[in-house]
Amino acid sequence: MMLRSAISPENLGTATAPPVLEVSNLTVEFPTRHGTLTAIDDVSMRIEPGEILGVVGESGAGKSITGLAVLGLLETPGRIAGGEIHVAGHRVDTLSEDELTKVRGSEMGAIFQDPLTALNPLFSIGAQLVETIRLHTGLSKEGARDRALHLLREVGIPAPEERLKQFPHQFSGGMRQRVVIALALAAEPGLIIADEPTTALDVSIQAQITTLLRRLCKEHRTGIMLVTHDMGVIAETADRVAVMYSGRMVETGRVEDVIHDPQHPYTKGLMAAIPSLHDRVEILTQIDGSMPRLNTRPAGCAFNPRCSVAGPRCRLDRPEMVAAGRNRAACFLHDGGTQ
Amino acid sequence: MSTADAILSVDLVSKQFDVSAPWLNRVLERKPRLFVKAVNEVSFSIPRGSCFSIVGESGCGKSTVARLVTGLYSTSAGEIRFGPGTAGRAVRVQMIFQDPQSSLNPRWRVGDIIAEPIREMKLRKTENETRERVEDLLRIVGLAADDVAKFPHEFSGGQRQRISIARALASEPELLVCDEPTSALDVSVQAQILNLMRRLQQELGLTYLFISHDLSVVRHMSDTIAVMYLGRIVEMAPAEVLFTAPQHPYSQLLLGTIPDIHAPNRDRSPQTGEPPSPLDPPPGCTFHPRCPLADARCSREDPVLRAHGRASVSCHAVAEGRAPALDRKDT
Repeated sequence: MMLRSAISPENLGTATAPPVLEVSNLTVEFPTRHGTLTAIDDVSMRIEPGEILGVVGESGAGKSITGLAVLGLLETPGRIAGGEIHVAGHRVDTLSEDELTKVRGSEMGAIFQDPLTALNPLFSIGAQLVETIRLHTGLSKEGARDRALHLLREVGIPAPEERLKQFPHQFSGGMRQRVVIALALAAEPGLIIADEPTTALDVSIQAQITTLLRRLCKEHRTGIMLVTHDMGVIAETADRVAVMYSGRMVETGRVEDVIHDPQHPYTKGLMAAIPSLHDRVEILTQIDGSMPRLNTRPAGCAFNPRCSVAGPRCRLDRPEMVAAGRNRAACFLHDGGTQ
Repeated sequence: MSTADAILSVDLVSKQFDVSAPWLNRVLERKPRLFVKAVNEVSFSIPRGSCFSIVGESGCGKSTVARLVTGLYSTSAGEIRFGPGTAGRAVRVQMIFQDPQSSLNPRWRVGDIIAEPIREMKLRKTENETRERVEDLLRIVGLAADDVAKFPHEFSGGQRQRISIARALASEPELLVCDEPTSALDVSVQAQILNLMRRLQQELGLTYLFISHDLSVVRHMSDTIAVMYLGRIVEMAPAEVLFTAPQHPYSQLLLGTIPDIHAPNRDRSPQTGEPPSPLDPPPGCTFHPRCPLADARCSREDPVLRAHGRASVSCHAVAEGRAPALDRKDT
């Protein structure tokens, strides 16, 4: 597969600055006693400055692993077995741990699902913010404190002067997630990996956090990779979406196009399976079966056992990403039309 | 709502939890006793064969209501009454829990898990009949009869939830209390379980008390919906009415902030603020600190649930006619 094929058509010719993230043909493997498991298989994506890419999929689809691979936080024995990752034009997958530490935080920030475990319970919010800011910017203690105040104000925490002295347990879930976002923004990175940032929060708080992410992304021209299982959050927040299934990307395109006119049979099933808020149907469209585990992935297209339009070719060959409607999809329906 | 054909009537039920510090700390540090009113004077009734849902954010008391109904908690005040059961016996109630990983015993075979209620309640005379019944139940929920010898870990999350449903059906219940039955499942599997639950309801004439935070799931399943906030029901209405014309400001907030996949990237202005601590609820209407319509009366006086059109709403602004009508049909 050509490296450039990851570029979506609407971005061609508009990119002056390098993309904040360019992943090409990434493969992540986990060697185990029972053979090597391929968690990510030949995935390419790119995020422009000021753009939010939603990465959606069911549990085990490999969406979180993709985020961790970009951050260089894969847990052993996981390893990048192929492909390249470029952050702001620099290759990061070949960096040593020391070099990575410098890139993490300054060029890419991370927001994880549970804000309680992302913060140190023994230090005040102020101490954690000041430490992070000083590590990446070399500001003086006073300068870092001012910046911390500015960041807390920016993410919408009321009375930041008092809040700086408080500890994580004194914050509510939504406020804690705001602190984590402030930490991720500390060094103004060009890329933020947000892994299920709203999953632990209630809907009314969730809306506050996604609105905040959108505002920050547009104001600071930060690129955000929003990893979530919740199609609703993607619909509300992302500009483009990448749908993953069993370690591969199956469809990508603009959010409206993927939602209203999905091209891959899996995406179609997924969209129809979500109960609507507007009208009630007697029976929801369901995709029978469940996603195969890593060690029982079928030959050919991983979706073929659950696919209603699968043909002989789907059980033999692996489909590549090709243009499909206004999106790109990995399905033989759109690649010659012969399944 | 008439209570004549109700399978369950809950009347002014409250539940308090004692969350005081240990006795010695209270004496030494002079801390007062502390109670959380998890459920506060909640009343509703469920007509036979329907699906009644309770929605709300975490900590609003919806799961506590489920546990009160199934008798896992005792009530602090109020009364829970069951209607007459069929075939002259009392109404049987069963519960389906959120996480099938933790609600199935990992050391038991599926056959024993499902047979336990049958053996315990002596619903079948011989072991042979019990085995047949277990195999029937497995088929009803879409599993294979030879799955009886397997252990829960051999199944996927969706299949495990099917096992929980089979176990719940084993005692031939009329009322099923489902506490977030699909929250731990992926969307494509969630649709399978919701379809199964709808089919079972029609085939077996079940009544559901359905607890969920997911409004789109609730909309799909329910006939009537109650919205809870900080231990109280703030609005109760038929599903269609609630979703097209929510009246309580909190219902409007909830419906306005849920992500809607059919309206991507719509502009929203989420309301600020967070639910207050249930340990120290605000006086008057508990929603007043976040409510755009709150006035002096709201911070003083508890509103009561009153009929407004086809819905019951607990709000001074709605009662006084100060609340703007919201029609969501066009959005």
